[in-house]
Amino acid sequence: MDSASTAPDVIEDEASSSVEQRLRRVPLILNKRNFSWLTERIAGVVEQPAPRWWWVTFFITATIAGFGLFCLGYQISTGVGTWGLNHPVGWAWDITNFVFWIGIGHAGTLISAILFLLRQKWRTSINRAAEAMTLFAVMCAAIFPGIHVGRVWMAWFLAPLPNNYGIWPNFRSPLMWDVFAVSTYFTVSVLFWYTGLVPDLATLRDRATTKVKKFLFGIFALGWRGSNRNWRHYEMAYLLLAGLSTPLVLSVHSVVSFDFATSVIPTWHTTIFPPYFVAGAIFGGFAMVLTLMLPARAIFKLHDIITPQHVDKMAKIILLTGSFVSYAYAMEFFVAWYSGNQYEKFAFYNRILGPYWWYWWVGMLFCNFLAPQLFWFKWSRRNVYVVYFVCMCVNAGMWFERFIIIVGGLHRDFLPSSWGFFTATWVDVWTFIGTFGIFTSLFLLFIRFLPMIAMSEVKIVLPEADPHYHASALDHHSVAAGGKERT
Amino acid sequence: MMRTPSGHKVYAMAAEYPSAAALYEAAKIVRDAGFKRWDVYSPFPIHGMDEAMGLGKSWLSAVVLGGGITGLFTAAVVEFGPSWIIYPLIVHGKPYDWRTVPAFFPIMFELTVLFSAFAAFFAWIIMNGLPRWNHPIFNWERFGRASNDGFFLAIEARDPRFTEMEARELLERSGGEHITIVHED
Repeated sequence: MDSASTAPDVIEDEASSSVEQRLRRVPLILNKRNFSWLTERIAGVVEQPAPRWWWVTFFITATIAGFGLFCLGYQISTGVGTWGLNHPVGWAWDITNFVFWIGIGHAGTLISAILFLLRQKWRTSINRAAEAMTLFAVMCAAIFPGIHVGRVWMAWFLAPLPNNYGIWPNFRSPLMWDVFAVSTYFTVSVLFWYTGLVPDLATLRDRATTKVKKFLFGIFALGWRGSNRNWRHYEMAYLLLAGLSTPLVLSVHSVVSFDFATSVIPTWHTTIFPPYFVAGAIFGGFAMVLTLMLPARAIFKLHDIITPQHVDKMAKIILLTGSFVSYAYAMEFFVAWYSGNQYEKFAFYNRILGPYWWYWWVGMLFCNFLAPQLFWFKWSRRNVYVVYFVCMCVNAGMWFERFIIIVGGLHRDFLPSSWGFFTATWVDVWTFIGTFGIFTSLFLLFIRFLPMIAMSEVKIVLPEADPHYHASALDHHSVAAGGKERT
Repeated sequence: MMRTPSGHKVYAMAAEYPSAAALYEAAKIVRDAGFKRWDVYSPFPIHGMDEAMGLGKSWLSAVVLGGGITGLFTAAVVEFGPSWIIYPLIVHGKPYDWRTVPAFFPIMFELTVLFSAFAAFFAWIIMNGLPRWNHPIFNWERFGRASNDGFFLAIEARDPRFTEMEARELLERSGGEHITIVHED
């Protein structure tokens, strides 16, 4: 009797566990790490003394940043002629760099806001670092429109203030929209980032070993104590900030694209620009997130938090947004042909066979279209070297794309007598390289002084964070998990 | 004011729980016992805890709506004021009065978002009574783990139903560990 009644149970159990092994979701945090392991590992990065590699790297990046700042000083004191700009190319590396950096920021906001609204829990392992990347990228971006006006001390003309003749700026100009869009984007990103940081700063405060650290973390943690009456308002604020950031991030690059789309230049004057730019921004931004996170994961041994599954998902987003971008490239050519407009047709002919031909073949065709096709294959998404290679291609390709759009559009427009050619000067080049120094230096300081993974958020994805989780479920889970981890 | 034999003011009777699930169940018990001045502490927000504590929706969203409307209104004033009233600026022979409104939408949108975000940010800080220098709950040495892996529940002495006996009994019954009195100072 006993055996007859228990036997079917056992069989059913085995069957369900074998099905479960195939269908079960891979946990987002591997090796059954618990809350305190997460705290130790993430806060430990900040609490340990700075390793030697950090000082060496920081010295190098700070030196590069110094070159960049020198170039800015030289350009401001000498004049905008130190750049290669001249008639007819009045926008070149400066605005290319601006669009490049502002685009990179978009991935951070997509991860922190859009993936939050879509309940993508895997975002919690990467959102903090991606948001920090957003802030630093927007800082680098903001340098360029500020200095490309030539007389930097007149940059206040960008503000909604009347000049000395009592004339106000034109609020119907996309350049004015851009000022509001970028400054709003930066401010909201800072507020969102800091809101997310407060509970983690409280963790660092509670673990602080010296009075100075306790005081500083205590000030910035605002006296946070993790009470549920506080979490209630906090979560509502977080949700609303995510909801506000979602249309905001889509608007920022749309407005950036209006700078071009509302003009009359062939290749610029297109309605496809806003979605094309937004997709390109997310595409390039995810490549930069992986560029930063893969080394950080290896150095700080965060493989249980940023798992192959996370890399795989980001690679898929790169493939998706890369496909949007490739579609836009193809559609631009189609519309140029279909429009019958000779200037449009010539501009696209010039794009692939003109003096900047290799920018298109290498940057847009190889880096942005061909390289991400590797991500159709699982083996490539699971191989960090392949992923890193593709990300580097995309990083470079997105810069080339902006250059092709901007300089490619300007250097040969309607009148052959006004055609020209742009050549970058050493100031152009070093200002751009310098912004990489600023960006990486800021990121190194960030991982040194602040928790680079959102501890209070990543803990929520553990099964034991569920209020309906019980020890019996744990036993069942560990039996099912006995099989090979699908990671 | 309730005091301990050593003369300290009593802030609360507090307990630690082994897991988020245990804290969730305990919160329902304390809620049903009719206490009003009490709180639970966890290193992350626990899903469903607001209902378990008998708390309603956070009305922070109303503040944010107010912020958004203010932002929209500000943008309208900043844009229409100069270009329609103070110094009409005619560009490309296009209208400068109310008919130009589509060109004003981007900035209206941006300022709506900006003011809403500031409202959300300051609202969560102010509605939570933050920033503050200290809090009596930090007087409990075990409480340092609340930001790591500890789950705590505290029934405050100022709750009208609070008696030391009843609070301790309730916390014991709900599975609390390390039950203790937390001092006010």
